Amino acid sequence: MQSIKRFRSKTVVIAASNVDTDQIIPARFLTTTTKEGLGEQLFADWRYRSDGAPNADFILNRPAARGADILVAGRNFGCGSSREHAPWALLDYGFRAVVSTEIADIFRGNSLKNGLLPIVVDEPTSQWLLQHPGAEVDIDLQAMCLTLPTGRAVSFPIEAFARHCLLNGIDELGYLRSKLPCIERHEAALSGASVK
Amino acid sequence: MSGRTLFDKVWAAHEVVAETSDTPAVLYIDLHLIHEVTSPQAFSLLQSLGLPVRRPERTLATMDHSTPTTTEQVFGNVPIKVDAAAKQVRQLERNAAEFGVELFGMRDSRRGIVHVISPELGCTQPGMTIVCGDSHTSTHGAFGALAFGIGTTEVGHVLATQSLLQRKPKSFAVNVNGKLNPGVTAKDLILSIIGRIGVSGGTGYVFEYRGSTIRGLSMDERMTVCNMSIEAGARAGMIAPDDTTFDYLKDTPRAPKGRDWDAALARWRNLNSDLDAKFDAAVDIDATEIEPMITYGTNPGMAVPIGGAIPDTSGDAGFDKALRYMGFHNGEGMLGKPVNVVFIGSCTNGRLEDLQAAARILKGRKVAPGVHLLIVPGSQQIKLKAEASGLGEIFRAAGADWRESGCSMCLGMNGDTVGAGQYSISTSNRNFEGRQGVGARTLLVSPLTAAASAVTGKITDPRELM
Repeated sequence: MQSIKRFRSKTVVIAASNVDTDQIIPARFLTTTTKEGLGEQLFADWRYRSDGAPNADFILNRPAARGADILVAGRNFGCGSSREHAPWALLDYGFRAVVSTEIADIFRGNSLKNGLLPIVVDEPTSQWLLQHPGAEVDIDLQAMCLTLPTGRAVSFPIEAFARHCLLNGIDELGYLRSKLPCIERHEAALSGASVK
Repeated sequence: MSGRTLFDKVWAAHEVVAETSDTPAVLYIDLHLIHEVTSPQAFSLLQSLGLPVRRPERTLATMDHSTPTTTEQVFGNVPIKVDAAAKQVRQLERNAAEFGVELFGMRDSRRGIVHVISPELGCTQPGMTIVCGDSHTSTHGAFGALAFGIGTTEVGHVLATQSLLQRKPKSFAVNVNGKLNPGVTAKDLILSIIGRIGVSGGTGYVFEYRGSTIRGLSMDERMTVCNMSIEAGARAGMIAPDDTTFDYLKDTPRAPKGRDWDAALARWRNLNSDLDAKFDAAVDIDATEIEPMITYGTNPGMAVPIGGAIPDTSGDAGFDKALRYMGFHNGEGMLGKPVNVVFIGSCTNGRLEDLQAAARILKGRKVAPGVHLLIVPGSQQIKLKAEASGLGEIFRAAGADWRESGCSMCLGMNGDTVGAGQYSISTSNRNFEGRQGVGARTLLVSPLTAAASAVTGKITDPRELM
């Protein structure tokens, strides 16, 4: 995994609240057996018309969205299913961060494991961002700080270990495997009754 | 020191390494359920690292999401129509064989929806930690297990280490007391709870469902309740095990036997929250006030009593967008609206008691002309029991399309879909835009309401037909 420290980009806004993972990537695209190429299907039912042509009304199809790496979304983004295809699709499309007042648990965990930053901000910051699409925002993972073009700096929480892994480009599995001796001791102490 | 919750106890018993401010806990996983959609990339990770599945005996695989439900495709010579789905199924067969994981494959009589088969086999047991790459893993909490959905990277972690890195969530007591009225089911109860807590009110929490109403529920009903915990944002929902749980498990194929059973029972009886346990949040629900529920919008929190009306909150952009998608208006009543498709099934409501409830309404009646009633059992075992007890005959006589097991129309990735603009009265768990097919309009209900609406061809209060 590549290390992530700090980046700057303009935003694109999807203001709806409760954007669920079925919107981010509809289930019919989950028959894939790889992670690659899902950006094509990101927000497919909003992005394309029934004949497959791009829906000009949808924000990602407008010129203003080009080059925006930060998605600003309404409350409770990523709710619904556990499909990791959702952060895979967002990353493959080119997003590097999602900013909202609330981000669903499983989606947040999946995002952190793939290098998509789930950034939870307070209501006034969220409102400002929702009302200023295209704003140039600075995201500093080291400082856990998001800076608006107004100069206002807002701190955001991020789980300490996930942050450490992202800053250093470390995969969490390596750490987990380093705990195998503890896992073995736990297993040795189990009653021995078969589980299946 | 205050007492501990059921969740605290199960968590503590599985904490291999305690969490610190810098690092999450290492949590041991007793049972890992696998299916074809969220596992291929995890097996690829193991292959790329040259790692085995660390505990194949704690891993159980089946296929449910992308599998077809027509008998010709499952048991006949008709190939799976969706090419990518067929590829996924073959990939799981290959991975299970290569890594030595037990698989209930396409024609296995033990196959079914992952959250239906593990309990019916007795693999799901009180006090366990259970994970699966599926958000409805919360279902298994009905047995007093800590069970939650994970992403594919975490599926890889569990395959490789039988453990997960986790921060401990907070606890939330959902207290439900009083008797449910006739015609009001566990599905109506959980839809009411979600309406009360909100679709993100449970984020960061593990629910414990408590109170006299919960004690009075069967295991099938408890599973319906725990199943939809995630629809309120909670990754897990638990119910302390009791005699109802133990009676259910006693004769299941993989429950402990003989002296092992006695020892397990002694352990399981301690699995409850202490009287002085402290929860981080709580809500009190009066079950006697609950009516049959129906959703009108595009998330499961947008629900009203079936005789009620859509709230009048015009001006809320998200709300208005949801109503436009559904083709509904502020303040409209729900009863009598037209129905195109009725789906009875899924990990929420595809168990035997759900089919029995539907059959009570359908017996001696016919599906209304122009309505497609699809009934999909949660597992092949349930299909066999339904046939043996005459339910299958009732469904066929009513004109229902009675299928083989699978996730089917719940998520429309297996060939079973609802057409654009069509109204689907569904016993599944999500009414998200496009969930059941592009442009499909889903209304979530109980099996009773679904069956009643199939018979009349319009949204119907099931109590009228009981």
